[in-house]
Amino acid sequence: MREEVIPINLEAVLAETGRMKAEGYRFVTMSSAELDAEKVDILYHFDKDLKMKHLRLTVPKDVQVPSISPLYLAAVLVENEIQDLFGVRFKGLAIDFNRTFYLDDEIKTTPFCKYTVGRVNEGEPVATPAAEST
Amino acid sequence: MATRTIIPFGPQHPVLPEPVHLKLSVDDEVITEAIPALGYVHRGLEKLVEIRDYNHMIQVVERVCGICSMIHAMVFCQGLEEMMDVEVPPRAKYLRVIWSELHRLHSHLLWLGLFADSFGFESLFMQFWKIREKVMDINEATAGNRIIVSVNVVGGVRRDLTPEQMRWILSELIGIEKEIKRLTTTILDDYTVKRRTVGKGVVTAAQAHELGLVGPTLRGSGIAQDCRLLKYAAFPDLDFEPVVEPDGDCYCRTKVRFREALQCIDLVRQAIAKIPEGELAAKVKGRPEGEIVTRVEQPRGELVYYIKGNGKKNLDRLRIRTPTFANLPALLVMLPGMYLSDVPVIVLSIDPCISCTER
Repeated sequence: MREEVIPINLEAVLAETGRMKAEGYRFVTMSSAELDAEKVDILYHFDKDLKMKHLRLTVPKDVQVPSISPLYLAAVLVENEIQDLFGVRFKGLAIDFNRTFYLDDEIKTTPFCKYTVGRVNEGEPVATPAAEST
Repeated sequence: MATRTIIPFGPQHPVLPEPVHLKLSVDDEVITEAIPALGYVHRGLEKLVEIRDYNHMIQVVERVCGICSMIHAMVFCQGLEEMMDVEVPPRAKYLRVIWSELHRLHSHLLWLGLFADSFGFESLFMQFWKIREKVMDINEATAGNRIIVSVNVVGGVRRDLTPEQMRWILSELIGIEKEIKRLTTTILDDYTVKRRTVGKGVVTAAQAHELGLVGPTLRGSGIAQDCRLLKYAAFPDLDFEPVVEPDGDCYCRTKVRFREALQCIDLVRQAIAKIPEGELAAKVKGRPEGEIVTRVEQPRGELVYYIKGNGKKNLDRLRIRTPTFANLPALLVMLPGMYLSDVPVIVLSIDPCISCTER
């Protein structure tokens, strides 16, 4: 990408997002992409004076990611969308549609992933290995 | 004693052009909370990149929105051109500006009509849509279709405008401009319109920035941000300043779109005056590889495309963030404290396009 992309790990999500907010960055959106059977890439896009900056978080699908909606309320819709379409669960969402934002209750698979992570109890990951960062 | 009630607004409502649901918590007639719900028209179009090659995807992204279709195709092609280092010929850039500004003009006229209808002014709704028909006629005469004009290809455009067509467009724009200006007093100075819009759904500049609002919803709160300032297509050569209003209410958002409609006419005139001769499209070699984030200004605001390619004809990922997706959280701030009767006007004031939002 032509703009700056900063790789972050799970523990740094809120800190880095808070830093972006303190520096006056506007939240644009988040993008996610399935990398393989186990991992997804989540990109956070920010803008200030029409210059973009991105944070990249690579996480296993079965790990809960801290929600940035307490910092940027605008993120609530896209985090719910990622929950629905990629199965990544966000912790601390300002409004949690619990995977019914786009999908009906009975849909248990993740439409935008080739591989869906199963859950023993709804809302809990199967396992919580330490998240790997890029 | 106040009584609390939950009232569903939508997904079917006479005022809503597309289905969106708002769960409104109401104390007597005053809104205390609004929670949006989507999913009624989610088509999963982004997933199609995995089975359609990137040239076919142009036809898919054109159908994300039934109002600003051309601009979706333009930003998609723009992203691929940046990834593949394709230099678009100057004539193609000007043609893209002409068709995209015509789309912006018809979109704003459509919205002005729907907005008038939201507070019961049906004759004004019909007047704006009557003017809009002339823009539809221009699209149909020059590109073969009223909305989905299908002029963009990777590397440029696939249709040209003859000198006779450009002269005809200019003559049509004279009549369109005259008819829009004739409605200025009715939409902007009418006592009843102002009673329904001034001071309603206020978003301050600080709130607008915090919420990440875009487009006329943002510029109606006094922030002069417009992606056309990124100087894509032929905008570096055109005189352009964002239209801004300070007060952040429904009236200011209306004024921004009304003035932008007139600005679109000016931009089309400038583009026709300056368009150079030349090729319509550059040769494209190779396939898209890598990642890119690209943006343009849609009628509703900033349209963001994230494209990821792997050197094959099918892309890895396409992520589309439309302006209504960014502006919907604004309703959580605009609606509390307002009367239930103001909800249709406030919801429509962000110019919601739900087919864009859900894709």
